[in-house]
Amino acid sequence: MRYRVRHTTTYAYSDPVVLCQNQARLSPQTMPGQTRLEFSLEINPVPAIRRPWTDAFGNEVWYFSVESPHHQLEVTGRSLVDRHVQPLPNPSETPPWETVRGGLASGRELADRFASQFRFESPFIVELPEARQYALVSFTPNRPVVEAAIDLTRRIFEEFDYSPATTSVSTPTREVFQTRRGVCQDFAHLQITCLRTLGLAARYVSGYLVTEPPPGKPKLIGADASHAWLAVYCPGWGWIDLDPTNNVIPQEKHVTVGWGRDYGDICPIAGVFTGGGRQAMTVAVDVTPVASGAA
Amino acid sequence: MKLIPGAESALPPGESALHYRPAGLTHDEMLDPDRNVRPAWSRFVSGLREMGPQGLTQRTEQVRHLLRENGVTYNVYGAAKDLDRPWLLDLLPLLMPEAEMKSLAEALKQRLKVLNRLAQDIYGPRTLLQSGLMPAEFLFKHPGYLLPCFGITPPDDVFLNWYAAQLARDKSGRWVVLGDRTQGPSGAGYAVENRVVVSRTLPQDFHSLNVVRVASYFVTLKNSMLRLAARLSDNPRVVLLSPGPRSSRYFEDVYLSRYLGYTLVEGGDLTVRGDGVFLKTLGGLLPVHVILRRLGDLDCDPLDLRPDSHVGVPALAQAARAGRVIVANALGSGFLEAPVVQALLPEFCREFLGEELQLPSIPTWWCGRPADFAYVEANLEELVIRPAFLSRGKSLLGWKLSAQEKADLLARIRAKPARFVGQSPVAGSTAPVWVDGKLQPWNLTLRSFAVYDGKEYQVMPGGLCRVAPDSVLLAESMAAGQRSKDLWVLSDGPVDSVTLLRDSVPALSLRRSTNDLPSRAADHLYWLGRLVERAEAFVRQIRSIVARMTTEVQPPGLAAMRLLVESLCDPGMSPLCVKTIGAPADWSQVRAEVWSFLRDRTRRGSLAKTLEDARGTASVVRDRIAIDSWRILNQMELLPANSPESTEPGRVLLELNQILTLLSAFSGLGAESMTRGPGWRFLDMGRRVERAQQTLRVVRGLLVNAQVELLPRLEAMLEIADSSMTYRYRYLTTLQLAPVLDLVLGDDTNPRAVIYQLVALVDHANQIAAQTGDTNDESPQCRLARELHSEVRLADIEALCEVNGLNDREALATRLDNWLDALRGFSDSVTHAYLTHTVAPRQLTQLLVATTK
Repeated sequence: MRYRVRHTTTYAYSDPVVLCQNQARLSPQTMPGQTRLEFSLEINPVPAIRRPWTDAFGNEVWYFSVESPHHQLEVTGRSLVDRHVQPLPNPSETPPWETVRGGLASGRELADRFASQFRFESPFIVELPEARQYALVSFTPNRPVVEAAIDLTRRIFEEFDYSPATTSVSTPTREVFQTRRGVCQDFAHLQITCLRTLGLAARYVSGYLVTEPPPGKPKLIGADASHAWLAVYCPGWGWIDLDPTNNVIPQEKHVTVGWGRDYGDICPIAGVFTGGGRQAMTVAVDVTPVASGAA
Repeated sequence: MKLIPGAESALPPGESALHYRPAGLTHDEMLDPDRNVRPAWSRFVSGLREMGPQGLTQRTEQVRHLLRENGVTYNVYGAAKDLDRPWLLDLLPLLMPEAEMKSLAEALKQRLKVLNRLAQDIYGPRTLLQSGLMPAEFLFKHPGYLLPCFGITPPDDVFLNWYAAQLARDKSGRWVVLGDRTQGPSGAGYAVENRVVVSRTLPQDFHSLNVVRVASYFVTLKNSMLRLAARLSDNPRVVLLSPGPRSSRYFEDVYLSRYLGYTLVEGGDLTVRGDGVFLKTLGGLLPVHVILRRLGDLDCDPLDLRPDSHVGVPALAQAARAGRVIVANALGSGFLEAPVVQALLPEFCREFLGEELQLPSIPTWWCGRPADFAYVEANLEELVIRPAFLSRGKSLLGWKLSAQEKADLLARIRAKPARFVGQSPVAGSTAPVWVDGKLQPWNLTLRSFAVYDGKEYQVMPGGLCRVAPDSVLLAESMAAGQRSKDLWVLSDGPVDSVTLLRDSVPALSLRRSTNDLPSRAADHLYWLGRLVERAEAFVRQIRSIVARMTTEVQPPGLAAMRLLVESLCDPGMSPLCVKTIGAPADWSQVRAEVWSFLRDRTRRGSLAKTLEDARGTASVVRDRIAIDSWRILNQMELLPANSPESTEPGRVLLELNQILTLLSAFSGLGAESMTRGPGWRFLDMGRRVERAQQTLRVVRGLLVNAQVELLPRLEAMLEIADSSMTYRYRYLTTLQLAPVLDLVLGDDTNPRAVIYQLVALVDHANQIAAQTGDTNDESPQCRLARELHSEVRLADIEALCEVNGLNDREALATRLDNWLDALRGFSDSVTHAYLTHTVAPRQLTQLLVATTK
């Protein structure tokens, strides 16, 4: 499938902002199952400078700074992406999760050592005893790692309410556990916390969900917004995406922008500004399938 | 030569006090195990004998005196009141033969090579991780591993431009590294200051012993910064980035910036524009090419690093990434300070250099490795347990723990083993310290400094020793040691006669104006001027009140007295006005108000609070004012409010006079020793604005009222405006309203008159506008000053004296209020034009879920 993505973020301020320095992570990665064909970034007012760089996870980051007084800042990322179905392991044939954990802990394999980057605590992922208890229900002894992870995904989908009003981006996972509600990044953080608490490697994925509902099927939650899910590490296969918000294994309907240890590593726009008074932010996302030879 | 008691009894009595008896459990710097004086020390010890206890005590006093003269202090974190602690220095240096220093230096160079290679590897190819030599936990659990710095290559791939190692000797006398300091290491400034003081105090020894000079360290540092900066500009600017006056290292920040001739900046003084870094000055933005940082790397950039950093520069990492600024040491080098690095360094050394590490670290076991953890578990009683990833984390001493505490600690380690290291304490050597008239063996650590000269590392042939009576006290921080010592490296032959004085730093190009005054510093100087002047006005006014309070009983002229007290506050704002509406003035209330205004630190606008604010403001611009001025401000202490003397008029007068003397000394120093650059202009402008305002305030409070007896008020007015003498010369003793008003408002030969301040303000406004390159149009602040000046000059004083209100001089009141408003307008205008700067940057809202479609 080929998609055109438009992601616009608008900041409005009550007082003029005199200086604003930002990082945009809006440019989709090229990776197995996904090819970025085009990307463009439009910024209003025109920034004094814009420069791309590649972060430690391989994500393309755009730095830009607006240095003239402004009351509004509008940032639009536009991309054209080919998404293919990737072969997946048979979940029941993946290695027992304890074996995976052991391999990661020993660090004997090169791939395992690099995956370990996503095995430890990070600013948004803090070890929680209740996460361990919760995860162990799915991770029964010797259960294949992907099978157990898929089961955990399903349970989060079934046992937590999707509720955009209740959380801001920085809701601590502990609180999500208590209230049993949250939004996509909360569920991603939650499942990552569970997996890492067990000693497995899990990374946070930022991206989009295609909105077009198949005929007769309900529209998926998270449509027309940026979306977030996670990936669990399975030796021999690499990273297996899981979307606890929708209880699916992301395939051709998920467009990946990039990944990191948690939201903080891959938030779409981060910035520091001076002045501004009160600020308000709006986001608009469109993901449209387009005809292509390949599709 | 023996120093054992038997041998000493043969000595004259005066010398036997040199008794020096190290316990013999550890290496002693001066005596070998047989208590023979080590060869390097023999000449020095003979010198000590000649000097005798009296000579030593006398010279120790001299050391203390010199340090005080030079204003050497050490800040202890926290409030202004204990910001400055005197720096304590033992007279006797540590002696080290040159050969030993050379081998130590070689070993440090090797260590630096390994540390640099390690930094290159973790922020670049990560070959150690690939080869499996580096466990994933080591890298990815380390909070000092700054992912945003991944891929940033510093010039020549050198991460460490300057460095310090904290060293101590083990039992066998071998030097061991206790800790690595890789982020703007402190101590080198103190080392040089110690050298200046000790070499002056022991000049003969210093020359006869061929002590190797240390000043070359800073010359090398300066040259290497220049060389770095030259890559970016023909006319480069280097700044020293400090965490600010709240930091325990601020004294040295100021010292280094002065010594090296770099502008001392805080994060708020810098801004990134485009992808370059600029210094915000009165004259606009000036490009910065090299930042010598004394700020921890996580704090350097709220955009890329710690979002809640208030002391950083947003987008600094981006500027470094773009290669437009050189940050020294490179961002991310804080990684190397963590104790966990010491545990693995020998392996890294073998891998990188194919050599053994010459200079061992303190024996360190990282619990993240099972074998190490097993060792720690088995030997807990002998180990110090520390956080693995924090360079200054709290440590636990295994031998001091109860069985229960041990079990708890092991449980904590078992839960998160990678977070802990166990270290086997290093005995440390002892060295003679002159304490209480005796030579006592104190434990010693040495901080050694190195700087990259563009080709290789140069190790300072000297260093900073810290000594304490108890080895446990000697943790790594400088605050922990009780005294410092100089280190003398003794050459076999004569040494280069490079002088140690400050002109050994290469000559600076001459600069007449310091246009790179940061706006922040100008702002603080302006407010310092205002606060000091405000304090002076308050002291004068309170003094003339207290002088009239000679008895406990109600003095005659209570109504006038009440006006005098009320006018300490802005019109109508005194608690007395509020409390006693309609009621007859109560003497005890008036008194209470005076004491409260004088001493209540919690009261806004009180003298106590004003003095405190002045000190606080001065502490942030200590690099801009003379050391003596700073000292004067620190001497201004009021009696505590609860002391019985605090309401005894005679005692209070004495106290106020003392403060007034100090305030005058402060003004005098400002007038006599500050160069007439923008810094002085802002300080003086603050004073002038404040003096004009205070005088107008007192006139408004005292002389508008036409009901109460006038004479005592006129007297007080002249006292407060410090113009009694002038008046008497001019008018003899007839006190009348018009001449008094003329003298304090419109007489431009009276330096206390309002008009005199306005003349100065017009000049300051014009000069600053010219210096900061304002356009030809008259700036608002120039216009405001000029207009106010001509209004006051043209005012008809006789007419203002008329009673034309109900019972008051309303024309005078109106006029004074207008002038006070105009003065505030001027002050706001100056702030707006030059000083708006401290608006803290904020983070953008982050929301993932779309709120609209």
